[in-house]
Amino acid sequence: MYALANPANFMRLSGRVLPWLAALSAATLAVGLYLGFASPADYQQGETAKIMFVHVPAAWIASLAYAAMAASALGTLVWRHPLAEAAQKAVVPLGAAFAFVCLVTGSLWGKPMWGTYWVWDARLTSMLVLFITYLGLLALWHTIEEPGRAARAASVLTLVGAINLPIVKFSVDWWNTLHQGSIFRMTGSTVDRSILVPLLVMAVGFTLLFATLHIASIRNEILRRRVRRLMLAAAADREPAARLAPSDGLATEAALS
Amino acid sequence: MSAIPHIGSIVAAYAVTAVVLGGTVAAVLLDRRSLRRTLERLEARAGRGRAGTPR
Repeated sequence: MYALANPANFMRLSGRVLPWLAALSAATLAVGLYLGFASPADYQQGETAKIMFVHVPAAWIASLAYAAMAASALGTLVWRHPLAEAAQKAVVPLGAAFAFVCLVTGSLWGKPMWGTYWVWDARLTSMLVLFITYLGLLALWHTIEEPGRAARAASVLTLVGAINLPIVKFSVDWWNTLHQGSIFRMTGSTVDRSILVPLLVMAVGFTLLFATLHIASIRNEILRRRVRRLMLAAAADREPAARLAPSDGLATEAALS
Repeated sequence: MSAIPHIGSIVAAYAVTAVVLGGTVAAVLLDRRSLRRTLERLEARAGRGRAGTPR
């Protein structure tokens, strides 16, 4: 872990792993889609249950991405690690994309099954709050120019917003909601094997896709900081008298290169 | 007349997923290409600057 936490080592190792991870994601998603479309219609929902093969994994990744972001926020605030900052920033648009997919596919399933695209149900509302939190974080990262300061502000907001994660998970148990409860119980799954297997394969495929995109985005973030550092150096060379005093943000960027 | 009930919802759900996730993949790849080009340009300029500086 310590070796990976060095940005130079991370770039080298992730560069080797990334093509394999991308290929594995594509293969798993292809198998999941095949199994999903080959599965029989649900006895109550009919073919509409096939929407679950993208809705449930998207919901799972939207929450997983936030948990990863909260862990990175701790790394930023406690250890001030530059790679934690990059990981934290890289996950925001990905989490927003998966939360958006979850909300839209859920609405498209809700119309034929519940008779409405939307209800202010505890699960739906808490997922909408999660999506809005992602959008707020996206705006915050783009508002503050200096990466170190942006990371600290985003970390505080991320950790405050993490209180929504258990609400998303347990909302169906704590309140009387229209949304169905967890399909996994102490006694096993409530879903038939013919639907459960494609659902699990798609969940693995989405997880691999998220991991691929997250690693690729962290690499982009490291490159972006190198670009910023070179631009600042070029600006300082042009105006030696106005040379910038080293701040913690610049020190962070130097550590990243 | 469709043989599968609610086929429109099913197709729309998969289409939205494909567009959003495909768009995210494309955005990450385009961002990488743009950053690499900028980095190469800046490093070349920094290299020329160092070569032109009298020691």
